[in-house]
Amino acid sequence: MPSHELTKNRSLLLLLAAVFVLFVLSALLGRYPAPGFLSPVQLASDELAQRLFFNLRLPRLLTALLLGMTLSAAGMVFQLLFSNPLVEPGFLGVSQGAAFGAAFSIVFLGGAAFLTQASAIGFALAGLAFSYLLARRLRYGGWILRLVLAGIAVSALFSAGLGLLKYLADPLTQLPEITFWLLGGLASVTWAKLTGILPLVLAGLAVMYIFRWRLNLLALNEQTSFSLGLAPGRERILLIFAAVLPTAVLISISGMVGWVGLIMPHIARRLFRTDTRYSLPAAMLLGGTFTMLCDNLARTLLAGEIPLGILTALFGALIFLLLMTLQQAKPQK
Amino acid sequence: MTAPILSFQQVSFGYQPNHPILTDVDFALKPGRIAAILGPNGAGKTTLLSLTLGWLSAWKGEIQLAGTPLCALPPRERGQRMALVPQSEHTPFDYTVLEYVLLGRAPHLSPLEMPSAQDVEIAQDAIEQIGLENLAQRPVPQLSGGEHQLMLLARALTQLTNLRSPTSNYHLLLLDEPTSHLDLHNKSRIIEVLRRLRNSGVTILMTNHEPDVVLALADDVLLMQPGQSPTFGPLDAVFTAEALTRIYGIPIRLAQVDGHKQVLWT
Repeated sequence: MPSHELTKNRSLLLLLAAVFVLFVLSALLGRYPAPGFLSPVQLASDELAQRLFFNLRLPRLLTALLLGMTLSAAGMVFQLLFSNPLVEPGFLGVSQGAAFGAAFSIVFLGGAAFLTQASAIGFALAGLAFSYLLARRLRYGGWILRLVLAGIAVSALFSAGLGLLKYLADPLTQLPEITFWLLGGLASVTWAKLTGILPLVLAGLAVMYIFRWRLNLLALNEQTSFSLGLAPGRERILLIFAAVLPTAVLISISGMVGWVGLIMPHIARRLFRTDTRYSLPAAMLLGGTFTMLCDNLARTLLAGEIPLGILTALFGALIFLLLMTLQQAKPQK
Repeated sequence: MTAPILSFQQVSFGYQPNHPILTDVDFALKPGRIAAILGPNGAGKTTLLSLTLGWLSAWKGEIQLAGTPLCALPPRERGQRMALVPQSEHTPFDYTVLEYVLLGRAPHLSPLEMPSAQDVEIAQDAIEQIGLENLAQRPVPQLSGGEHQLMLLARALTQLTNLRSPTSNYHLLLLDEPTSHLDLHNKSRIIEVLRRLRNSGVTILMTNHEPDVVLALADDVLLMQPGQSPTFGPLDAVFTAEALTRIYGIPIRLAQVDGHKQVLWT
């Protein structure tokens, strides 16, 4: 068993090193001066390259890394807390709330970038708060079931509202903007935007990381975790907020980036087994890798930008299909 | 006169207002004994275990664990003193048996602590005591019903192992139908494990439907009947043919076979 732990720790360290290398390579990758890698020599001499590197690529890449880490970790937390391998971090009204908020700002508030972001955050958090309060008012079922039901209802409300906004939107100016926001992308990320959300994102990631073994206990049914001396209600709420808040603020600057939070936890569990002591950090690192890779493609493949959400959905779904077909080879339970 | 480890004082409880399941339950369990809760389906046996655990709170009356009111006990200390083996537990994720049993160390760790090598050792010991060492790396969803139940007992043993105070005379183990999924071999194994635990000082409170297991194990019996306060006392005094006939509503006899008491029915 200790040898087990050693190999897992070593694999995590390797993965961390890989993320670091990928980060450096990605920062050098781009379409300036020509599609491909920027040489360090040129970076040292070319002032435009330096500005590109420090003001555009670095904040964007960091955001991609944090987005992937947060979505995957939050997905892992949600899948365990809800004992359901198919939930995504945004399902408690957060994703649909953010989408509605962004569309609302584009249609009614003129759609300035910071207003859209503020509105997306506001409605994402409102979605979470609404789901939470609704779950407290429901009078049947366990806590988990009530949260799920409330999340579904709130998401449905927001998505109906989003449909209405799309219908009202000017088809020539506003509708394309809404559509692009819904497809997700990191092209507009700046240092200012990133530093604005950084404290909350880092705090959320830290809480999830610190609770990585404890998360196993919260995945048990409530009476069992109670019998193991936990106050499961309180710890669950803490972890839900630690997962949802950074997700909400990141979505507000990235738009909808789907599938990362669903698929990366599965791969992490496949590679590092279920114990979240290892699979949670693994999910963070794998998510960061996946999102950085997708964003690299998004910004370099074509002269124009490919929306990030399209790529994460495309590759996420492909990986998902692959995983499912591979699973068929195992003996049926 | 030893102080009771668990006492119910005039405890009443129900799930819906005006529909009490338990009325004026009153008993005191002495340390180092095995008590069986017997009664027909729906008499409130599992409810009584949940009340003991502190998961449900009584309408009125008080429940004390070693003299301390249950509600005044900090959760972690409660977890170190009292463990529950539920009838079954669903997990959609494929933890290994060892990982799952290791979760029993939770009350001994602070919220930010990870289990140490020593905790792993304790979990492995418990798995060996139960005789599951060959399955330690098996994914939990692949276990049979009986193996699953044995694993839950191993987790409870892991939970009740206290390194700082090795005496176990303030430990209470709650079991809900511990033999319901077990074959004869595993049943005798669990009976042996529970006896050994009792001899080391652990107090055991279990619900059970199987008279042979009760006869083999129990020192005390709590007989429950819907709508009436239960009878508590030593096995010989409470576990009588008349009492069983009354609570189950069918004729039941007790007979001596090969020097062992047996329950005859039908």
